[in-house]
Amino acid sequence: MLIAFAVVFLIPVYVLLVTSFKPLTEANPSQAWNLPQVWTLEAWRVAWEKLAPGIWNSVLLAVPGSLLSCVLGSMNGYVLSKWRFPGADVLFTLFLFGMFIPYQGVMIPLVQLMVNIGMYGDISGLVLAHVVYGIPICTLIFRNYYVTIPDELIEASRVDGAGMLRTYWSVVLPVSGPAFAVVIIWQFTSLWNDFLFAVFLTGPQSWPTTVMLNNIAGAQATPYSQQMAAALLASIPTMLIYLVLGRFFMRGLMAGALKG
Amino acid sequence: MARKGGSALRRARAWLPGLLLVTPSIIAIGVFVYGMLGWNFSLAMTDKHDEVSEGNFVGLQNFVDIWDEPRWHLSVNHAILFTVVFVLGALVLGWFLAFLMEKGIRGEGTFRAIYLFPMAISFVATGIVWRWLMNSGQDERAVGLNRLFDVVGLPQWAWFRDQDWGMAAMAIPAVWQMSGYVMALFLAGFRGIPEELREAARVDGCTEWGVYRHVVLPLLRPVTLSALIILGHISLKTFDLVMAVSGKQIITDVPAVFMWVAVFDFHDPAKGATIASYIVLSVAVFVIPYLIWSVRKERRS
Amino acid sequence: MRRRWLAGITMAAVLGLAACGGGGGPAAPTGQASGTGGGAKQQVEVFSWWTGPGEADGLKAMKEIFEKQNPNLTFFDAAVAGGSGDKAKALLQSKLQADTPPDTFQGHAGAELLGYIKAGDLEDLTFLYDELKLKDAFPAQLVEQISYQGKIYSVPVNIHRSNILWFNPSVLKEAGVAAAPKTIEEFIAALEKVKAKGKIPLSIGSEWTVTHLMESVLLGSLGTDAYNALFKPGADWGSADVTKALNDFAKIMSYAGDPQDDWQPAAAQVAEGQAAFNIMGDWAYGYFHNPPEGGLGKQSKTDFDWAPSPGTEGTYMWLSDSFTLPKGAKNRDGAVAWLKVAASKEGQDAFNPKKGSIPARKDADAALYTDYLGDALKDWSSNKLAGSVQHGVAVSQPWLASINESVGLFIGTKDVAALQKGLVDAAAANAQ
Repeated sequence: MLIAFAVVFLIPVYVLLVTSFKPLTEANPSQAWNLPQVWTLEAWRVAWEKLAPGIWNSVLLAVPGSLLSCVLGSMNGYVLSKWRFPGADVLFTLFLFGMFIPYQGVMIPLVQLMVNIGMYGDISGLVLAHVVYGIPICTLIFRNYYVTIPDELIEASRVDGAGMLRTYWSVVLPVSGPAFAVVIIWQFTSLWNDFLFAVFLTGPQSWPTTVMLNNIAGAQATPYSQQMAAALLASIPTMLIYLVLGRFFMRGLMAGALKG
Repeated sequence: MARKGGSALRRARAWLPGLLLVTPSIIAIGVFVYGMLGWNFSLAMTDKHDEVSEGNFVGLQNFVDIWDEPRWHLSVNHAILFTVVFVLGALVLGWFLAFLMEKGIRGEGTFRAIYLFPMAISFVATGIVWRWLMNSGQDERAVGLNRLFDVVGLPQWAWFRDQDWGMAAMAIPAVWQMSGYVMALFLAGFRGIPEELREAARVDGCTEWGVYRHVVLPLLRPVTLSALIILGHISLKTFDLVMAVSGKQIITDVPAVFMWVAVFDFHDPAKGATIASYIVLSVAVFVIPYLIWSVRKERRS
Repeated sequence: MRRRWLAGITMAAVLGLAACGGGGGPAAPTGQASGTGGGAKQQVEVFSWWTGPGEADGLKAMKEIFEKQNPNLTFFDAAVAGGSGDKAKALLQSKLQADTPPDTFQGHAGAELLGYIKAGDLEDLTFLYDELKLKDAFPAQLVEQISYQGKIYSVPVNIHRSNILWFNPSVLKEAGVAAAPKTIEEFIAALEKVKAKGKIPLSIGSEWTVTHLMESVLLGSLGTDAYNALFKPGADWGSADVTKALNDFAKIMSYAGDPQDDWQPAAAQVAEGQAAFNIMGDWAYGYFHNPPEGGLGKQSKTDFDWAPSPGTEGTYMWLSDSFTLPKGAKNRDGAVAWLKVAASKEGQDAFNPKKGSIPARKDADAALYTDYLGDALKDWSSNKLAGSVQHGVAVSQPWLASINESVGLFIGTKDVAALQKGLVDAAAANAQ
């Protein structure tokens, strides 16, 4: 049963893979199921050539972006669950609502805003946008996770005379691993795969991989095999993150990092 | 200083640092989320129907006018159909996969990786694959899935080009992408249920199915709800997927795509903002009660 | 241990922040030559949607000429892909509204640029036309159709033809169709014959290809002058002639096969003998004819053949890619230098054979253009001109969006009256 589902799930991946090893002539929908008659690495070579300039930009975007999201989310989650102030719940609700903004709708004023604060056209502005729009989900994940930490631990630390930051550092942070894993997976994936923000907020010098991937398609012809090879290439880093952090991810979910 | 101040001050000293720590986020969210939303709503209430005009306040005129457009009705219906199929599909499939894996099987890690994998690929590329797979050619001209169905003897159809049910097909890639995630949520939920509870129910003479119905499912309710919310909001905002698979065609028009077209093709900022506002409102309608409910529930416990 | 690891992560994050704050340098707008140090070359940011095979090669060829002629300038390619420039256009719009325009951008010549012109985003290029005597180099009708209130805002670099009927000679023969149909009536009769043989009479792609088909049917049914009049002030889209044309269009659409994903698979059905006819712009020629590294490698005149779409012989329904000079371009002189290359015989002859189009100039080197392109070059200099709807010549972007919406709804409803009403409303709302 599970194997059957796995096969179904892998159908698109199969098409991606076999197409990426085909010469351009064979790369069309009518031959989607066939194995390549001529195996070639040409598409992979070209894909690498075209993506390479963007990969470093993507790294510069996704790594600091997801780490920053972690830091912010973790602090917010900590404060909103263990160090509350009047109106914390209302604020949390207001935060969460930010998750639901349709980004295409705010693209034009966002560009305008970035120009005004002088962050338009390079990676830092893009990181800023992603980190800010990531605050809601990251805060949610960390907050729900921290709620499960017994209050007694925090109290004990307070009695010992530790302040807010000390308590965070010595009690909360050491057990936050799973929540970090969930946030990193979530944010890294969305930062790495995002196209809309990337194309609007950065200039050609700082385009990440997704824009390069999109640029493989032409106005009048799309070299499908190259595009599919590029897609696979572009998804390798996210896959690695899944594999490396997968165990933590499950643990984070189990600890209630994303329950209602 | 600490001794003299009343208890109010002491309490304030207790929570103030927390507030300070969250302040940067508050400012950022204030500007980027609520500032943008405010800008959006105020634009939606003007008659700025091209880039050069000033735009005078017209109240809710645009919100009323849009219901006269056949395209708007179409795209709303599409969104509803898509949402129903996608949310139910991903929930049921995710739950079912988790149910199958719950007992612990060999190679669980591999299966998990396979089911989660679609989340990792961007739709810029998988959109093309799905377009191929869901090609509308049939019988001797069948390619993609229809070819496969032809061989297996399943009925073929036009997929997302079907006039009435096309959006249900459009939900398939979305289900493919998100059900692994739902599975992970449910799996975590299953595993989070203490074995003692199940044991106790068995001792009380419940069948396995009874244990399931009376112990496990109720405990999974919160997981189901949060999965529902996550899927629901993804669904209403869905844009990348539709653009990647089908582009800006009426046959698969949804409000998010219509908004893009309104802003960038019609060059009608007010109309785009109106549609965006409707999207935000529709999300709000079912998210806000949930948020309030979950915060209240926490207070009670 | 674990704690230290996390502390490390947090530190790294903070450092990372510092790095992107500091290391990235000031957020210099792109396309700027940062640092005007001694002998630094000045960049010219050229925005286009030419990223695919052929078109990108053509752009590169022009770039080489440009840099040879202007040793102190470097060409900076800011191309963004997106079917017919969708994503590119959206991005461009946000750049223009934020007052950070590229130095020059590609746009379809004609009414597509109206929005930018009215918003005051573009400089009038009449000075350049005068300096380079471009009004003599381009056909008079072209100059007339790209002028707005007596001014010209872009430099056309190539010409494509939209009203081409592609057909498969052997499928026609098999169906007993002697030659390419010359009128709409003959066309419908031919479609019927093919249908009887069980082949696809007419292949079709996604929504925009249907609009593309409609413009050719309108032209073929109404005639050139009446068609051109549709885009003049006070045009009557509600007339009986238009009703007849739209009924023809609906009839022709009833012979269409399953909609393919885009124009390419639809065109391929003709080349592979599954379908008889396809109406598509002449970029299809390159796709049919080019060797398998970017085309189907088919034999022209045997695997596929072409004719003006039914009823449009003697008329060249044209579209053109052109370059502009945005107001506030950072490197205006560099942009003007680029426009000069784009307007020159040398630049156009370098670009077009690779792109699979013909130059806008009348003095092109005919030896470079063979087979289909040879025919096109001949017709270009002798035919009447009509502007394409789908490709930005005849109507502005909002008008086109309305037309596409009406066509999209028609595909679902098959309701000719509603289609005509939609077209009437679109014309009324967007009179230019």
